[in-house]
Amino acid sequence: MTEVPLWSVLVLPAVLAVITAGTIAFDAVLAARATGATGSPSQTAMVPLREVARLLVAQRRTTVAADGVLWRTGVLTVPIAALLAAVVLPLGGVAVADLAVGVVWFNAMEILTWAAVWMAGWGPNSAFSLTGGYRFVAQGLAYELPHMFALITAATAAGTLRVGGIVEAQSGLWFVTWMPVAFVVYLLSAAAMAFWGPFDAPVGGDLAGGAAAELSGVDRLAFLGGRRLLLVVAAAMAVPLFLGGGNGPLLPPWLWTLVKTVAVLAAIVWLARRFPTVRMERFAEFAWVVLIPLTILQALIVALVVL
Amino acid sequence: MVITVLFWILGVFALVSGALVFRLDSMARVTFALLASFLFVAGEVLLLGLSYLGVVIVLMMTMEMVIMAVFMVMYMMNPAGLMPMAMLHNTRGAAAIAGGLFVALTTGIFLVDWPQRAGRPPAEPTRALGEALMGPQMLTMMTLGLALFATIVATVVLSTHRGRYERFGDDLCADRPDDPIPGGVGR
Repeated sequence: MTEVPLWSVLVLPAVLAVITAGTIAFDAVLAARATGATGSPSQTAMVPLREVARLLVAQRRTTVAADGVLWRTGVLTVPIAALLAAVVLPLGGVAVADLAVGVVWFNAMEILTWAAVWMAGWGPNSAFSLTGGYRFVAQGLAYELPHMFALITAATAAGTLRVGGIVEAQSGLWFVTWMPVAFVVYLLSAAAMAFWGPFDAPVGGDLAGGAAAELSGVDRLAFLGGRRLLLVVAAAMAVPLFLGGGNGPLLPPWLWTLVKTVAVLAAIVWLARRFPTVRMERFAEFAWVVLIPLTILQALIVALVVL
Repeated sequence: MVITVLFWILGVFALVSGALVFRLDSMARVTFALLASFLFVAGEVLLLGLSYLGVVIVLMMTMEMVIMAVFMVMYMMNPAGLMPMAMLHNTRGAAAIAGGLFVALTTGIFLVDWPQRAGRPPAEPTRALGEALMGPQMLTMMTLGLALFATIVATVVLSTHRGRYERFGDDLCADRPDDPIPGGVGR
């Protein structure tokens, strides 16, 4: 493993924070436009910042007979898991840790949110919140297998689990061109793992906020901010896996990585508002009956091409 | 030096969280104490230089324990931890077995004439593992996979009270299955 410059450890959280803030602002503008609210987009984009300030000073609500340990652990695990998953992200060829098993590492860290959301739902001893936690487990069981096959497909084509190696393997042809099914499934699961867009039933309005129903103050900030961070990290991972990482003409690799990440994110956030929330049982059957066979077929084709 | 310290810290944490499984009084906490124990063991495996196995332990155990939490809460005697409950059963017998086993294993560690290391670890343990699984151990893994899958299918078939006659009618010619929960494909 090559020496990692120390600055990358500081740059990664900063870049992620900026992109996450931008995502939230963009989503707020889209939300305001959808409701037909008046006010300039720049004003609307500031609303989330005010909300952050409010959450930072707000007093935390407590519930009767809450399981504080599991509750706080779950809430904190969401942003921590997202950050840990991000260490394998290459920014123009430099990752904080370009692990030999990078793809598996990313998958393992992202799965920690299963436990996190369930614990956050269980903790406050509230029915809505608990239902939200269970919904996320059901959703996880639906998206995870197609997601794993999509990851495996990219790793198979590159012949390595190292994210840097996968980027190098795409110096000629981006993987998205010959594994479009895996790419689309990956984008779906990126939204599903961050319970975003059409997969936001775990924190759905029909449950008064679901797993986040009883969260307030800093807890709410950590949980919902961590969820957005997870969305950013998952979308950013699509770039080295399928979109050629930092490969591209003229611009330096790090700028290409950022441009592609922002494009993927914008697409996910915009598309999320085009679709209604998908119910668990519908998505589960669709994932198992349609997506799994499709991704296996995709993996088979790629394996045959590589052989 | 650092590795030795880490080894001991992770080992102690793994044991403590493993012991907590029997001390805590809520099914949810018990499950996640067990998960913590597994994660510390994964740390030990990572220290051995087996990065793939270590990360896969994190991956699999988190999934398994979350699913197990669902079932533990569903089936065990004290779902919410609101009533006093014990994870201990047959206390004396269990203590005798556990103590005896610990003594036997510890004496074994000191009595066995451990062999000197022959050969060296492969440069890429992940590749070596994959080649072993897909080469000499292929038949074992295929049999294992098939047996596990057959078990899953058999368990589901045995545990569900609805079969194809309930779903498609007595003459099996209903166009759409009659399911209590509609799915997402064409229904």
